[in-house]
Amino acid sequence: MVTFTLNGQERTFDGDPDTPLLWVIRDFEKLTGTKYGCGIAQCGACTVHLDGMPHRSCILPISVVEGSEVITIEGVSGKEAEAIKTAWAGLDVPQCGYCQSGQIMSAVALLQMVPKPTDADIDGAMTGNICRCATYHRIRAAIHNAANSMEG
Amino acid sequence: MTLHDIAATRRGFLAGSGLLIGVAIAPKFLAAAPTGVQAGGDSALTPMNAFVKIGTDDTVTVLSKHIEFGQGPFTGLATLVAEELDADWGQMRAVHSPTDNKIYANLLFGLQGTGGSSSIANAYEQMRKAGATARAMLVAAAADDWKVPASEITVEKGRIRHAASNRESGFGAFAEKAALQTPPAEPKLKDPKDFVLIGTDLPKLDTLGKTNGSAIFTLDITPDNLLIAVVAHPEHFGATVKSFDDTEARKVQGVVDVKQVPQGVAVYAENTFAALKGRDALSVEWDLSKAETRSSEELSADYVKLFREKGLEAAGKGNVEEAFNASGLQTVEAEIVFPFLAHAPMEPLDAVFIKADDGSVDIYNGAQFPGMDQATTAQILGLDESKVRVNTQLAGGSFGRRAQFGSPYMQEAASVYAASDRSRPLKHMWTREDDIRGGFYRPMYAHRMRGAINADGEIMAWEQVIVGQSIMGKADLDQTSVEGASNLPYAIPNLKVTSHNVPLAVPPLWWRSVGHTHTGFAVETFVDELFEKIGRDPVEGRLALLKEEPRHAGVLRKAAEMANWGGHVPEGRARGVAVVESFSTYVGQVVEVSVGTDGAPHVHKVWCAVDCGMAVNPNVIKAQMEGGIGYGLGAVLFDAVTLGKGGKIIQSNFHDYRSIRINEMPDVEVEIIKSTEKPTGVGEPGVPPVGPAVANAWRRLTGAPVRKLPIVNIVSA
Repeated sequence: MVTFTLNGQERTFDGDPDTPLLWVIRDFEKLTGTKYGCGIAQCGACTVHLDGMPHRSCILPISVVEGSEVITIEGVSGKEAEAIKTAWAGLDVPQCGYCQSGQIMSAVALLQMVPKPTDADIDGAMTGNICRCATYHRIRAAIHNAANSMEG
Repeated sequence: MTLHDIAATRRGFLAGSGLLIGVAIAPKFLAAAPTGVQAGGDSALTPMNAFVKIGTDDTVTVLSKHIEFGQGPFTGLATLVAEELDADWGQMRAVHSPTDNKIYANLLFGLQGTGGSSSIANAYEQMRKAGATARAMLVAAAADDWKVPASEITVEKGRIRHAASNRESGFGAFAEKAALQTPPAEPKLKDPKDFVLIGTDLPKLDTLGKTNGSAIFTLDITPDNLLIAVVAHPEHFGATVKSFDDTEARKVQGVVDVKQVPQGVAVYAENTFAALKGRDALSVEWDLSKAETRSSEELSADYVKLFREKGLEAAGKGNVEEAFNASGLQTVEAEIVFPFLAHAPMEPLDAVFIKADDGSVDIYNGAQFPGMDQATTAQILGLDESKVRVNTQLAGGSFGRRAQFGSPYMQEAASVYAASDRSRPLKHMWTREDDIRGGFYRPMYAHRMRGAINADGEIMAWEQVIVGQSIMGKADLDQTSVEGASNLPYAIPNLKVTSHNVPLAVPPLWWRSVGHTHTGFAVETFVDELFEKIGRDPVEGRLALLKEEPRHAGVLRKAAEMANWGGHVPEGRARGVAVVESFSTYVGQVVEVSVGTDGAPHVHKVWCAVDCGMAVNPNVIKAQMEGGIGYGLGAVLFDAVTLGKGGKIIQSNFHDYRSIRINEMPDVEVEIIKSTEKPTGVGEPGVPPVGPAVANAWRRLTGAPVRKLPIVNIVSA
């Protein structure tokens, strides 16, 4: 039995302890904003915050999540999250939209750590998130816009 | 959100929607649909009136006959309706229409389908008429209610007004009454100069749900009691199951069943992880007797041999043989080889099947050809087509992947469902490995180019031979193999283009911009080499040969102007240019390239000019140019699906089928040419020019022409 916190609520899981966090979130908790894209931590569509840090939930066995706090796109909040979501909408960043939960979770974590990121900071934080629609140009601009909106 | 939530939302929507313009709902399927999501009853609507619903809350919902997987048809089609309806953008909504090959036909295809960058082009007048019809009926209803002449009523930003009597209303109050009005036979459309919404940067209708995790894709549909199924596939094209041992697979906690299907061995489980673990535990022996066992390298060698055989004539002008034999000419030759390319949409292919109490089945998938998916699955499930409802869902990208004649993917999904006892809802999904190894690639192609230059520096002759699979499965000339080459825009007096169709067990498919993915590269790199030989500027040289092609010339001039072509270029960088027309949209691009730290091209900037006729939503057009540039660039720099020794597929996931990432994405600047021509598509045309523009810059920077793709391979070789 694994006990963890999901978006602020205590949850338990008593299935196969090897089950990746991604499938616990999606299949058992029915929170489908977190996406499957590759299963090997190459695309970042499954990015969630684990104890405040971005992680690829597709390779994280639920057994190691014991006692941790998990935040998904459905539960992410705070000024960085609000700034990022507003900036995303302002530039109409998403195209197909499938990778965007993961992009947003990585971007929010970046702003939480680096309130005023440079282009190099953005490259460092966002390179693990693939967007096959290649919305990267707007992702970069939206992160800068979000950072600017948080000033003052 | 679960399917039941969607069902509740849908029921609420139906209950609250006062008006289905012009037609009463014929709820013949509503009772049968267990989920209520996009129940097929909507298909009873008549064509002129099947696209617009108005709610009592004043919302206007456009039923999009085109699937939304990122190219913006929800927003674009809603814009067309809203313009003629004189609606306020804030009241507009969009959903996928039901499946109906007649009512919801793509007017260019003759059946329901999305592709060929045709959504706006084919629906431009149809959607405007749908909006104008709805407007006329609302006005008629208001006139009747207010007892005033319809001609005195105005509509603006969603408000119906009669100034003389100072009366005003939203749409919702008149929705039901409007539905009873006779639609005008030929609704009056606006003069484009009076447009207030078309041509503006309206925010996209699907953005919000895609920034908070609430947008539902097929993979997110999770009804109670759902079974998950995955299929073990062979590693060779054309291989079939010889035998399998499922002993270990059945021991996996959560695995429910294992069955052989025509495409491989299916594992059914209570959850996704159990299905994947069960599949890993299978032991399958494959029959390779009918498989393709040649490697990509061997295929390429076989393709090149065909250059010397007589091909299918695609274009002939003047006398190429005579021209090449004339004295005093310099002949330039090039052979270019293109690899197989996977589409790799972010959401791998998937489908959900749910049986209703009456035995009919609801299918949920990213249906690009929904009518075809319906016919195919009905046959496999042994049901009449009327008993299968294909409910199109948002899809995580496609780039051509979901548009398949005969619906091969849905054949697999339906076979897997048919092999279950159908008592439980079933989701069939592919993993990334299934996707990369699943075939239906942009085929391999080999091009042989020959050009002749005379002493005055004029290009006198052009010969091009194209070898590869026919995407359309034709024995004779396949236009999708030669488009962009057979209609060479450059004025060259002697032209010959031929092609060879190669049969292969690797299934081919169109990939974002289809033939232009390779013809654009071959034509634009080769013509650039000829200009370099002549010593002509690549922009000036092209313009001189595009005197009869003003729209090509227009985007080329604009891109050059944006880039300040001929101006200062930073040390260590070079620029390249290309111009390609595809799907009647013209795109010119200038790129600036340096040698990256890994020795491969680093693309700093792309200046892009596009002429797609009248711009319906400039913001969406720019987004499609940006995305098309990224998609095309990633493929040209990094991507190939390779068959190794014995024909085994080498790549399997994003670690070896490399997608472009944010640090590799150039800055992109887009300008749209002002035009009063009818709008044409933008989903694909941003793709073709970027590859050749980069290769041209690379050649000028390093002296090395790109003869084999992807570029990263020649750099590392």
